[in-house]
Amino acid sequence: MWKLLGQLLEGTVVSLEVFTLTLVFAIPLALPVALGRMSRNPFVRAPVNLYIQVMRGTPLILQIIFVYFAPYYVLGLSWGEHRLAAVVVAFAVNYAAYFAEIYRGGIQSIPKGQWEAAKVLGFTRADAFFRVIVPQVVKRILPASANEVITLVKDTALAQVVGLAELFRVAQNASARQFSTTPIFVAGAFYFVMNWVVSEFFVRWERRLEYY
Amino acid sequence: MDVVQVEHLSKSFGEHTVISDVSFSVHRGEVLAIIGPSGSGKSTLLRAITHLETVERGTITIGGIRLVHDGVYADPATLRRALLQLGLVFQDFNLFPHFTVLRNVTEAQVRVLGRDRARADEVALGLLDKMGLAGKASAYPGALSGGQKQRVAIARALALGPQVLLFDEPTSALDPELTHQVLEVIRALAAEKMTMVVVTHEMAFARDVADRAMLIDAGVIVEEGPARELIENPRNERTRAFLKRFSQPRGP
Repeated sequence: MWKLLGQLLEGTVVSLEVFTLTLVFAIPLALPVALGRMSRNPFVRAPVNLYIQVMRGTPLILQIIFVYFAPYYVLGLSWGEHRLAAVVVAFAVNYAAYFAEIYRGGIQSIPKGQWEAAKVLGFTRADAFFRVIVPQVVKRILPASANEVITLVKDTALAQVVGLAELFRVAQNASARQFSTTPIFVAGAFYFVMNWVVSEFFVRWERRLEYY
Repeated sequence: MDVVQVEHLSKSFGEHTVISDVSFSVHRGEVLAIIGPSGSGKSTLLRAITHLETVERGTITIGGIRLVHDGVYADPATLRRALLQLGLVFQDFNLFPHFTVLRNVTEAQVRVLGRDRARADEVALGLLDKMGLAGKASAYPGALSGGQKQRVAIARALALGPQVLLFDEPTSALDPELTHQVLEVIRALAAEKMTMVVVTHEMAFARDVADRAMLIDAGVIVEEGPARELIENPRNERTRAFLKRFSQPRGP
């Protein structure tokens, strides 16, 4: 039993690596994507729109396979043992598309009067965006973002498709060895605890922004 | 010298002409009331002066700086310089809800004028005191009444030291007793010879506080003159019809 828990913890570390690195890259990457999606220039908007449609319209598991194998078949280059890097690229590019749509909804929900007041007061567009609009957007998009981050915790299980020994893969292997479903249900409890932490984090953040 | 000069201004939304060849000036130290029916173009006129709407034709000069000349807009740096000469107070306040009252009044001073925060706080607290809001500096806008919000918005605009303050129906979103608070503040500013342009439906206020009044209907200036005279003895038939609707609320 202790041995199993040790293995599952190792898998959890890998899952948390995928989780953390995905957020580190996807959260900032989503901002230019959202702005591109709202661009008045159709040559910017159309490709960004296509990218979002593809990311949302095809299975993430397929995107992971594509990112891992396409360089080899097209360019003869292999990720080799850098499975984590390949997985993080696929996850970050996928999640950036979802976050971008959340950002866009948030930005467009801010009344036009906020932009106008900032402009008349002489703020540059960048100052208006980052000091006036973004803080209000953050508050509005927290619930939707929490959903996305919780989904990400569970989606990390898809990383096993290219052989990454994340939590669920480790649990499945243990189940197969022991002819028992216990390990995968224990892994389920691990995911539940991780998501409890995530949702607790968002609850507190929302509470901190309740002052206005 | 004229603080704001508008010459041959025209603006349309698609086929619909909102402002048609409008010219007028705002003299230093005067209060100009702009009155007229809803949809007459008076708010659009104010929004054109503050560059929230762009015009197709005409010239706008603010404090000697050309904002737009014959329909051609100045470069961004000049635009910003021109816009800093004026302050705008909106109908629905547009305070920044995530900032305290104090920060609402200091933020542009620090970011735009480059004032240090201590000096900006001093200016802001002085203005809030003048607006009767001395105790509200650390409150958030969400905790204020409409009348208080509008007075914060006036302080926010004044903090940048504009040459002219423009009001776009500043009391239309307020209850009658809150309207009074805001009008008193504008009245006090008028006594200090602050140059102001007020788009309003408060005829008694326009008559008593404004030096000049201008009636706009269907995008043109119908009549213009000393406020009291225009409102009490309008010469133009359309002015008379408009003012009649105000003095006699429609009955059964």
